[in-house]
Amino acid sequence: MTTTLTPVLTATWGADQSWSLDTYTKAGGYAPLKKALGMAPGDLIQAVKDSGLRGRGGAGFPTGMKWGFLPPDDGKPRYLVVNADESEPGTCKDIPTMLQAPHALVEGVAITSFAIGCNHAFIYIRGEVAHVHRRMQQAVREAYEAGHLGKNIHGSGFDLDVTVHSGAGAYICGEETALLDSLEGRRGQPRLKPPFPAVAGLYARPTVVNNVESVASVPSIIGNGVEWFTAMGTERSKGMGIFSLSGHVKRPGQYEAPLGITLRELLELAGGIREGHELKFWTPGGSSTPMFTAEQLDTPLDYEAVGAAGSMLGTRALQIFDETTCVVRAVTRWTEFYKHESCGKCTPCREGTFWLTQILKRIEGGRGTEADIQQLLDTCDSILGRSFCALGDGATSSINSSIKLFREEYEAHVTQGGCPFDHAASALFEYSDTPATEEAHA
Amino acid sequence: MTYDETTLAQLTEDAAAIIARYPVKRSALLPMLHLVQSVDGYVSPDGIQFCADQVELTAAEVSAVATFYTQYKRRPNGEYQVGVCTNTLCAVMGGDRIWDELSEHVGVGHDETTEDGKITLERLECNAACDNAPVMMVNWEFFDNQTPESAKQVVDDLIAGKDVAPTRGPAKVCSFKQVSRVLAGFDDGRANEDQGAGEAALAGLEAAKGQGWTEGAK
Repeated sequence: MTTTLTPVLTATWGADQSWSLDTYTKAGGYAPLKKALGMAPGDLIQAVKDSGLRGRGGAGFPTGMKWGFLPPDDGKPRYLVVNADESEPGTCKDIPTMLQAPHALVEGVAITSFAIGCNHAFIYIRGEVAHVHRRMQQAVREAYEAGHLGKNIHGSGFDLDVTVHSGAGAYICGEETALLDSLEGRRGQPRLKPPFPAVAGLYARPTVVNNVESVASVPSIIGNGVEWFTAMGTERSKGMGIFSLSGHVKRPGQYEAPLGITLRELLELAGGIREGHELKFWTPGGSSTPMFTAEQLDTPLDYEAVGAAGSMLGTRALQIFDETTCVVRAVTRWTEFYKHESCGKCTPCREGTFWLTQILKRIEGGRGTEADIQQLLDTCDSILGRSFCALGDGATSSINSSIKLFREEYEAHVTQGGCPFDHAASALFEYSDTPATEEAHA
Repeated sequence: MTYDETTLAQLTEDAAAIIARYPVKRSALLPMLHLVQSVDGYVSPDGIQFCADQVELTAAEVSAVATFYTQYKRRPNGEYQVGVCTNTLCAVMGGDRIWDELSEHVGVGHDETTEDGKITLERLECNAACDNAPVMMVNWEFFDNQTPESAKQVVDDLIAGKDVAPTRGPAKVCSFKQVSRVLAGFDDGRANEDQGAGEAALAGLEAAKGQGWTEGAK
């Protein structure tokens, strides 16, 4: 039996002017805010704790618990910062959320801010998505005009200002403390923890940093009730989440489903792997999560089961590759990404990703040796668990997992002195393979 | 600084509007660097000094920040920033080939600008549109599901001065300077322009309808 999809955040995406205040309000939007303003902030935090909502930005930390970590009010500012720096390779859910339903995020920001006692919230959006900025700026403006933001919101006495902020091209700013440094007008480098942002975050004040989808899920929980939310999902992974299918599938896209749905079920809904091909490997949660194969087709996609199977649910970015794909090519390219995006603060990550890239390009180009494969594993060992933040760890995931699963493919590059795959066969359009791009790649 | 009086007055007014959004001045720096690019087309030495004066930092401190982020350009940028995603998923789906053909067609490589100042090419990292791979971005608007032919056509049209519409986003791509102003947080009145959500964004909804889901159902 196929798990039933549960469009909540995505429900209105197909509507006319889905991004407008009018469309959102007609679909019941901002009623949860009014309900929330009539509740005690502590009860709101408890409701989100009870819902079991866990961070949708990758780490899966319980959202309500994060809110609850803030120290007692000392009369000075405390902040909510929305992490809208969606950049993890494969991840593409927050961008359409903000394009198609920006008010879900704005309403979530208002409720969350009220719950944690914040009077100034920030939405930090990556800079490389111009139309998302237009839509979010407009949504915030509309919300002010409708009295959902600003002074004395709906007569509650609660004031809230929201600032939409643009990043400028840096994957590392998706790491919450690097994001805070960036928002303070600095280079985006992660901070040493503790202190955690809950204690000393933006401007060294108590701060909650939450992902777009986490915050956008809050209005539905408050509006429909905790039991509605906990009826979806699995025992410890409650609720719905957006699963982003990309790659060699017939109908790639955003599928909102209860946590615990399987790739087999999702593929069925997405029309399967592209015609005449079969699944080779996939990432359950973006490029920083160890890859899976057909072995895990029936693994429930929740935090526990994916973890038990040796990977991470991450951002539910399911990148699907069929048998035409060279795993060494895929991993090399991801590793070049981590090298490019390493902020340079800590040595294991800065130097490690540099050397990993050198070795991988050598192997991919047919100039590697058997010893290089072991060297990759050793270098990963020097990075994993020894880096300042999760970027370094993430860089090792695809390498370690692919060598474990496809070691013979690395060896084939060494023994054949080149790539055994026809790259043209992987492309979604026809072309004949002329000498490839290796030299051109900066 | 070599800004003329009118430009400097406008910049100063805009900078004040940006600073007013934050409790602490320095937070205005990133949007302000976008603002400088909206005037100069890159982060110019004048622009760095301007930002430094506004947020009370040294020019060296502002430079240190500007050089960290890839969207801040250190040389005059083309009117159109054209990026082809060559991160793994897009590369495998055809992004590598698109890059090869486009780069050859335009005659410049990564982070290079055509002599007429029209096009700057870039090998992009993941731009969060993987369900529409292979992806190209022009001045940070989405061009989904590209082929070498479609990508070359877009660039030819841009060079010919024609209006070009992205596959998702506004009715037409604006200039690098104009989009930089949007990123600085200034409304260009185009939020309601739309090319549709795209098939991928609605794929799950379509599948849910196939399961008997109706709009408005919880």
